[in-house]
Amino acid sequence: MEMLSGAEMVIRSLQDEGVEYIYGYPGGSVLHIYDALFQQDKVKHVLVRHEQAATHMADAYARASGKPGVVLVTSGPGATNAVTGIATAYMDSIPMVVISGQVMSHLIGEDAFQETDILGVSRPVVKHNFAIKNPKDIAETIKKAFYVASSGRPGPVVVDIPKDMTTPTDKFEYSYPEQIEMRSYNPATRGHSGQIKKAVDMLVAAKRPVILLGGGTVGGRACDEAAALARELNTPVSTTLMGLGGFPASDRQWLGMPGMHGSYEANMALHHADLILSLGARFDDRVTNSTEKFCPTARVIHVDIDPSSISKTIAADVPIVGPTKSVVTEMLGLLGKNKARPDADALASWWNQIDQWRERHGGHYETNDNGLLKPQQVIEAVHKVTNGEAYVCSDVGQHQMFAAQYYKFDKPNRWINSGGLGTMGFGFPAAMGVKLHYPDAEVVCVTGEGSFQMNLQEFSTCSQYGLPVKIICINNGSLGMVRQWQDMNYESRHSQSYMQSLPDFEKLAEAYGHEAITVTHESELMPALEKAFAMKDKLVFLDIHVDAAEHVYPMQVPKASMRDMWLNKTERT
Amino acid sequence: MRHIIAVLMENEAGALSRVVGLFSQRNFNIETLNVAPTEDPTLSRLTVTTTGSDRVIEQITKQLNKLIEVVKLVDLTDGDHIEREMMLIKLKAAGQHRDEIKRTVDIFRGQIVDVTSSVYTVQLAGDQGKLDAFINAIGETYVLETVRTGVSGIARGEKVLSI
Ligand SMILES: Cc1ncc(C[n+]2csc(CCOP(=O)(O)OP(=O)(O)O)c2C)c(N)n1
Ligand SMILES: [Mg+2]
Repeated sequence: MEMLSGAEMVIRSLQDEGVEYIYGYPGGSVLHIYDALFQQDKVKHVLVRHEQAATHMADAYARASGKPGVVLVTSGPGATNAVTGIATAYMDSIPMVVISGQVMSHLIGEDAFQETDILGVSRPVVKHNFAIKNPKDIAETIKKAFYVASSGRPGPVVVDIPKDMTTPTDKFEYSYPEQIEMRSYNPATRGHSGQIKKAVDMLVAAKRPVILLGGGTVGGRACDEAAALARELNTPVSTTLMGLGGFPASDRQWLGMPGMHGSYEANMALHHADLILSLGARFDDRVTNSTEKFCPTARVIHVDIDPSSISKTIAADVPIVGPTKSVVTEMLGLLGKNKARPDADALASWWNQIDQWRERHGGHYETNDNGLLKPQQVIEAVHKVTNGEAYVCSDVGQHQMFAAQYYKFDKPNRWINSGGLGTMGFGFPAAMGVKLHYPDAEVVCVTGEGSFQMNLQEFSTCSQYGLPVKIICINNGSLGMVRQWQDMNYESRHSQSYMQSLPDFEKLAEAYGHEAITVTHESELMPALEKAFAMKDKLVFLDIHVDAAEHVYPMQVPKASMRDMWLNKTERT
Repeated sequence: MRHIIAVLMENEAGALSRVVGLFSQRNFNIETLNVAPTEDPTLSRLTVTTTGSDRVIEQITKQLNKLIEVVKLVDLTDGDHIEREMMLIKLKAAGQHRDEIKRTVDIFRGQIVDVTSSVYTVQLAGDQGKLDAFINAIGETYVLETVRTGVSGIARGEKVLSI
């Protein structure tokens, strides 16, 4: 058998796992691993400028491709810098493997230089973490890490490796396991047939059904099946923030997003529904508003791979534990055999009602007549120049909600945002991670001047690796989402939400060798976008000045039901 | 309601901290907790008593099950079960009270496991109520120190928790 050092085993395991890229940053405790990395060329490494960016790159790669992203960081500050990115992946169930260096085993617990108990720190925000206690365990542990990260409900897994486990001169037998079995971990591979049958009967009997399609359908690669089901039954579909693109926005059966900034028609339809089929959505507080007032007439069929997501916030009438893909496939099979279909008249009047709701609001916003852009206009223009085909990686704030509302996604895995944790600073590294793997695709980062400054150091990484992403900075000169809440709840006392001393973004981008365009007037927008997207090999930063007074609407009234919304600054449902 | 949940988990470093971390992270309440390896040294068994509404208890069992190192668990309060807790209690036992204390220990079927001229150390096993009742019967003024193991439990009859 082959004899390898622990450091070589780490890299070989990644090779054998088929990993093409890892993202990371070196330091004392991972130097042996970095040396092993140097001596091969199968696994390529992207040197970021801050470990947080490494985790977001890996995360976004995973979101776009479905394969786990891999991160390598050193102990102490390297690992703690990665925590925000690990937590981001955890909240959105993204498969990721983070290898962190650790001080030598005999120093653990002595407050050694750059020692942090990263197993303890990361515990609440990982699916699992492993400590390597013996170099012989490295290959098997890494295999387990990939298996746990990517099976069941995916999530980040940390593997902590003390430096002395990787000593170059200590060689051990290496073999990479082909398969892993863990007696304590057996995620469901299919749903309960009896429950699925019951669910299909309810779907057929429903008069006002809605399918709620969430991140579990997008991540579970079950969008085609879900769409087939929706079409077969002519059911309206609402896609959550994490489910956007899971059902084509251009389809007339699509209602838009539910929840706090969901569309009027989606929230109204859910509120009045008699049946909700949730496919991989988890009824979080930004979707349900008050759980007591949530959808009073609806029975709930809840399909989720994670039993703990079911009946956590909203009681399910029919719980189905299993992967969305296999469950929906089974539902389609039953519908193939059972020719019963929903009552056509009932469904027609349901659709009629929905169409009336659509007309009431329909995403309407006012434009300025002095040329000052509204953020919504920017997103619509970006949609136009990219033919709706781009990967849109978003930061967090008003711009994120505008992007979610106005970039009408027709395909899954194209909308990449930090939905659960809401991590400002996510968008730019995320766009980099996607662009690296899909060099021919149009990759856009929609950001705000606040969020962008949380990871702008990555301009440098983009120069080094030639990552020509297009950055749409919706510059409202303020932490817009904070400001909106202050406008609505604090009589416009803008406490610390105004951004002073913004950099000259053009000069900043140019300092790193990138292109930049500033847009201050509506008339400049389309030409600037066209010019930017024509520069295929250039990172272009578009500093687009917009109306700072704009709010995101609809906005649900706090502690109320789904149907209680502000539709604009003055009008409430 | 009070529930007793018995958990079989991999006997690995860190597994216990995951369980404890889960309870604080998710705002679940722990009344007692005990843990020890089983006859199979790769497994340890943990018993936790907790209180909560049905919904909370359902979440507790689901979240525990989700921990990668948890192999199996059962909510013993779902069926007939035996629950025991062991207490060591140090009592002032001087003068005329010495006999009275001895009698009370006998009534509760405790054992005096250490003796000095002024102190009895008593070992007592039973459910939580029995231990509480014993302390009441003795009277707090005589209690110098107590240590309780926390509840452990097992299902009655044929049912077993094993892999
Ligand atoms: C790391 C982090 N810190 C704080 C917040 C709270 N927060 C949410 S949105 C927002 C404002 C974002 O400002 P900007 O990026 O300029 O976007 P805008 O809302 O103006 O479009 C803040 C501070 C957050 N989500 N993430
Ligand atoms: Mg802003």
